[in-house]
Amino acid sequence: MSTAGAQTHRQPGASPAAGRQPLLSVRGVKTYYGNIIALKGVDMDVHEGEIVTLIGANGAGKSTLMMTIFGNPRAREGTITYAGRDITKMPTHEIAQLSIAQSPEGRRIFPRMTVYENLQMGASINGFAHFDQDLERVCTLFPRLKERLQQRGGTLSGGEQQMLAIARALMSRPKLLLLDEPSLGLAPLIVKQIFTIIKELNEQDGMTVFLVEQNAYHALKLAHRGYVMVTGNITMSGTGKELLEDPQVRAAYLEGGHH
Amino acid sequence: MNAPSITTSSARSPAVPTRFDLAAALKDSAKSALIAFGLSIPIVAYRTDQSGADLFLNPRWDMVAIFCAIVFGLRLAQHAFMASRAAREAVPSPTQATELVHAEPSAFQKASRFGIPFFLGVALAFPILIYLIQGGLNESRYWVDLGILILTYVMLGWGLNIVVGLAGLLDLGYVAFYAVGAYSYALLSTTFGLSFWICLPLAGILAAFWGIVLGFPVLRLRGDYLAIVTLAFGEIIRLVLINWVDLTNGGAGISSIPRATFFGIPFTAGEGGFADTFGLEFNGMHRMIFLYYLILALALLTNFVTMRLRKLPVGRAWEALREDEIACRSLGINTTNTKLTAFAIGAMFGGFAGSFFAVRQGFISPESFNFLESAIILAIVVMGGMGSQIGVAIAAIVLVGGPEVLRNLTFLQAVFGSGFDPNEYRLLLFGAGMVAMMVWRPRGLISERQPSVILKERKAISGSLVKEGHG
Ligand SMILES: Nc1ncnc2c1ncn2[C@@H]1O[C@H](COP(=O)(O)OP(=O)(O)OP(=O)(O)O)[C@@H](O)[C@H]1O
Ligand SMILES: [Mg+2]
Repeated sequence: MSTAGAQTHRQPGASPAAGRQPLLSVRGVKTYYGNIIALKGVDMDVHEGEIVTLIGANGAGKSTLMMTIFGNPRAREGTITYAGRDITKMPTHEIAQLSIAQSPEGRRIFPRMTVYENLQMGASINGFAHFDQDLERVCTLFPRLKERLQQRGGTLSGGEQQMLAIARALMSRPKLLLLDEPSLGLAPLIVKQIFTIIKELNEQDGMTVFLVEQNAYHALKLAHRGYVMVTGNITMSGTGKELLEDPQVRAAYLEGGHH
Repeated sequence: MNAPSITTSSARSPAVPTRFDLAAALKDSAKSALIAFGLSIPIVAYRTDQSGADLFLNPRWDMVAIFCAIVFGLRLAQHAFMASRAAREAVPSPTQATELVHAEPSAFQKASRFGIPFFLGVALAFPILIYLIQGGLNESRYWVDLGILILTYVMLGWGLNIVVGLAGLLDLGYVAFYAVGAYSYALLSTTFGLSFWICLPLAGILAAFWGIVLGFPVLRLRGDYLAIVTLAFGEIIRLVLINWVDLTNGGAGISSIPRATFFGIPFTAGEGGFADTFGLEFNGMHRMIFLYYLILALALLTNFVTMRLRKLPVGRAWEALREDEIACRSLGINTTNTKLTAFAIGAMFGGFAGSFFAVRQGFISPESFNFLESAIILAIVVMGGMGSQIGVAIAAIVLVGGPEVLRNLTFLQAVFGSGFDPNEYRLLLFGAGMVAMMVWRPRGLISERQPSVILKERKAISGSLVKEGHG
């Protein structure tokens, strides 16, 4: 990859919360799978109220970064801070209880449980405090799910499963939402809907979103800021607009894409 | 978009009459009764009594009449029930179409709707039915004994089902907890003279404790690795029981364990015994029947607790754990605690069953707690369809009762000649049956998982949504 050695770090552009202490901050994180290094010292910030996107080629380590934030696998070096707390060594379930929710790669819904039960699992962190209300909300966001509340998760279509994974993550009313390729396997129209939903969640509910995407054009257009990852390193960062206009980004991730 | 499900609902409606057609129902019930009559002629109508060298045929047409009446009544009740259900489900508006997909009862729901009350009824009435069929208390000993044996395995199956079926933790050493329960009762009662009712909860607690002890080292293991470690755990417990002679009396076992009492009243012949107190003629079967109802109650308790837990967060976490451990953790579930509770609660019921075993036998030795037992219990859970309560019950009946029934297949002598001893071939037949079953239903008898929450009608959902939505 041409940008690999470039290290063209840029100053983050204007974003809703620039300047304040970030909600999530990743500093010098190195993650290994056995002896193989997957993240080679990643620095990244997500400020409250932002949508931040991470783009990169297959195998760059995007999903690894997202899972590392959740402590699975654990960072071997570096620190991850969330809302002023060091969460680097915290058990995964405790991290989740800090109102971070995740729609992981590969959906990971519970296949033999019904859609309704899957959503219940999502709400179990906050003790079902606003279950009915939240259920109604995700049903409005994803009418498809409402029709299928009693259907088994595993029998949903791929796109519906993706919707369920996102809906399940929303059920805990997270402050920070991590989405790994939410557009994967969805029809273009639905992709558009999903991105609209993310925007709404961000603007209306003030939800902070960290978004990993292959669909670089849509993601960068939506995001306040973006990072580019190449083989375990962040090589570029900037506002969505800056990255969209960057020739290297265009060459690597956007050519032949949506224009 | 909603079209496909409309076809489902319309395809369904002709199958079930929406109105209760009394004439048709009566006709069908009469037909069933007729079949029952036909079947009962060879089975029930005559009883052979031996007196010296002579065989007497005793006609029992009253029994036949009772059976036919029961079949007739049950069939009629079933019709009435189905009709009222169909009426309730009658399609109100096409906009509900999509929901009706879910209203389609699954194989499980169909089985459980009639299966559960039926099984429960039979289980409750079993000693009475046997008494009527066999025509005497002493004659029914074999069957009540078999009933107790089956129920013990039903209970063990339900206990293990929590660990294997719900939480998805393959446990090959379940018999260890059965042993802990049995030895707890045996030792506590023989050493300290504690009564069964005090020992029962203690045995449960001790077994649960050992469940946690086993749980800790295997927290990070799954699947085959977990199976191997639990297998080893089962063997360790057995070897400890054999070798710790001071405490357990080793391979010789513990004998003269106090027998069950009727809440303090012993089942003895003399003054103050059960028969004396209730003005009955003394019969050893009283104790057997009491034991039967005791194990039935314990098994039902296991079932009840499991069903309740499934609806609570901990039970749902078990199932989620079985499905996807990583997703569980990212949803904020403490998988460590979830696994340990599954091991502990499963073990606790194993412990209850164990102390029942000890009180029934009056004698225990490490022999009774070998790997074969674990294998049978696991086979019951797997055959039943992991996670299905009724499936486990059926599998226990088939697996434990089956070999006994095969013992009595003397009619095969007519086919294979009089030299044929069904007793010798029963395990072969049984194995063939198991193979057939695995081909026919590879995922167990009832493989479909029943949702822990059943949203009955669309109205119920949207109603609650609207209510909460405004608040
Ligand atoms: N469990 C694992 N064991 C060993 N290597 C792994 C494991 N998971 C990921 N990797 C490796 O780590 C690297 C980064 O993987 P990761 O899943 O983070 O990529 P990604 O950026 O999300 O890619 P994609 O866009 O295809 O999802 C890859 O080279 C991958 O092979
Ligand atoms: Mg990925």
